[in-house]
Amino acid sequence: MNVQSKPPATPLIQLRGIHKHYGDYHALRGIDLEIRQGEFFSLLGPSGCGKTTLLRTIAGFEQPSSGQLVIDGKDMSGVPPNHRPTNMVFQSYAIFPHLTVAENVGFGLRRDPRPKEQRARAVAEALEMVGLGGYGNRAAHALSGGQRQRVALARALILKPKVLLLDEPLSALDKKLRENMQVELIRLQRNVGITFILVTHDQEEALVMSDRIAVMFEGAIGQMADPETLYRRPNSRRVAEFIGKMNLLPAEVGMEGNRIVVEVAGLGRGAVEPDQAPGGVIEGNSTVGIRPETLSLLFPGETTDRRVAEGVVDEVVYYGDMTYYDVRIPGVEEPLTISMKNLIGRPVLDVGTPTKVAWDERSLVVLSR
Amino acid sequence: MSIFDRSPQARTAALLSPPFLYSLLLLALPLVAIVLISFWTQTGLDFDTTFTLANYRAIFTQPQYILGNAQNWGVIPVSLFVSATVTAITVVLAYPVAYFVSFVVDPSRKSLWLFLITIPFWSSYLIRVFLWKVILGFNGVINTGLQALGVIREPLEFLLYNLASVIITMAHAYAVFAILPIYVALEKIDRSLLEASQDLGESRFSTFLRVTLPLSVPGIVGAVLIVFIPTIGDYVTPQLMLGAGGRLVANTIQTQFFKGNDAPLGAALSIVTMLMVGIISLVFLFLNRRWLRGRS
Repeated sequence: MNVQSKPPATPLIQLRGIHKHYGDYHALRGIDLEIRQGEFFSLLGPSGCGKTTLLRTIAGFEQPSSGQLVIDGKDMSGVPPNHRPTNMVFQSYAIFPHLTVAENVGFGLRRDPRPKEQRARAVAEALEMVGLGGYGNRAAHALSGGQRQRVALARALILKPKVLLLDEPLSALDKKLRENMQVELIRLQRNVGITFILVTHDQEEALVMSDRIAVMFEGAIGQMADPETLYRRPNSRRVAEFIGKMNLLPAEVGMEGNRIVVEVAGLGRGAVEPDQAPGGVIEGNSTVGIRPETLSLLFPGETTDRRVAEGVVDEVVYYGDMTYYDVRIPGVEEPLTISMKNLIGRPVLDVGTPTKVAWDERSLVVLSR
Repeated sequence: MSIFDRSPQARTAALLSPPFLYSLLLLALPLVAIVLISFWTQTGLDFDTTFTLANYRAIFTQPQYILGNAQNWGVIPVSLFVSATVTAITVVLAYPVAYFVSFVVDPSRKSLWLFLITIPFWSSYLIRVFLWKVILGFNGVINTGLQALGVIREPLEFLLYNLASVIITMAHAYAVFAILPIYVALEKIDRSLLEASQDLGESRFSTFLRVTLPLSVPGIVGAVLIVFIPTIGDYVTPQLMLGAGGRLVANTIQTQFFKGNDAPLGAALSIVTMLMVGIISLVFLFLNRRWLRGRS
């Protein structure tokens, strides 16, 4: 069930017990991580969680206070950034303003033994690859944000690194461009087959792009899994709240034999499978989570064989394709958020409308931690 | 009605007129006067105002001004040489200081360092020149020190009253003017560019050559101009450091106006010097703009 259970012989990158202190500040608290060749790996977390520090440690701009970093079988302690098989796309893109686009892309080729014409061709090909064919002679400062990012990508990929490190590469772009670039980056990564490590605070971006995601909080990894597991089976309240929208409900959790039984205040009692408690079970007062899209409102005339709770619409947020309802249910402290597709013939309910909420114990996640 | 109630144009004019009048009276008018006088002839205490190019002819034909002779260079080439040397020394010495303050000093200490660098300004320029005389002179600090140590028996005479002493004094006096523009240019360099260069395979040293140095060129050009232009016009330092016989163009001009009683020739010398400095400055500005455009 866990993706980590079938790793190849040796992973490309291994981090063992990486700690980083800045004076009294403990930025990284024992990071253990293995990243496979060809993987699109994301470090996701709120600002200040240490994800950028970790990326910069892999790049060689930060030295870990303790722990070991191995890339491609070689220990990286004391190896400066210019001797590591990694290249980075910086958050600011770090395009050299005194050079042309082609000179920027060819910057790292100075020691390349190939003759000048071949290097020029490599630069042209790299620009072609990121969709900037023919831009070589432009001045770097005349580029737009999206173009700068492509130059930064071409400049790093032309060196054929073992690992490409991306530090929030899309955060400076507007929404449309960002979504296009996400798709392009995935395609690019599949084509070149290089391992990508992406740092982002945007959970949606991480879910869309990654093979695997490590969610970080306060210098430690909270959960590491593929996007679907992370979304459906978060192992703690923090991960559940950080990724997507999650209703958190107080519940009484207990074991009956090897069955997990939950008593959710206001909704009722149900049994859940062990994989619905990925963070483990602590008996007693606890929390369960349920995603808005796994709940549904019963519109007039609809019936269901799922369990039903009665409530009143408290808030309506209309998104076009979806409508988010907050429904107040007697006995439930916070209103439940429910997302409904706006299908044909389905009305948008008004605030104050009495309604029925269908739910299913199979979509509960026990969040003891 | 206060000036803030008027139209933006009127407000601009009102705010600009005092400095404008000031520069008109103290900069433009004297300049026009100098240009006019350079085409006149001195007659005792008065001027013969008939237009003549005689002053310029003298400058371009007599050996002491530009052409020089077998023994001596003309005074303008010597002055240009001295200023160029001072500029080169100052900028080369100022760069590491600016680099240190910008890249090595802790950000919270930078303003303290800049303050320390400006400390020489707390004593007057004249006093600093005299101090160099005390240090370099016949019975100066260096000579008596070396004699006391037994390194030399007779005082070294090459220390004072020659071009080297002028260059040393000026290079010290103008150091701050060179440090500040270079510092500002270095501060403006995005530090992630340096990391990007290292990430792309360059060592720290080659990163300096390929990224830091080219990006600090505007600061270097600024420093060159700020040092070069005033050192050409500095007549106090050559007057004091060269002794009785020594002449650079600035004190030659001063002599023409006062002791020599030939203001038109002095004016013409001023114009010629100004034009030369102007041309050299324009060349530097042009180089700087070419650089900033991005070379392709």
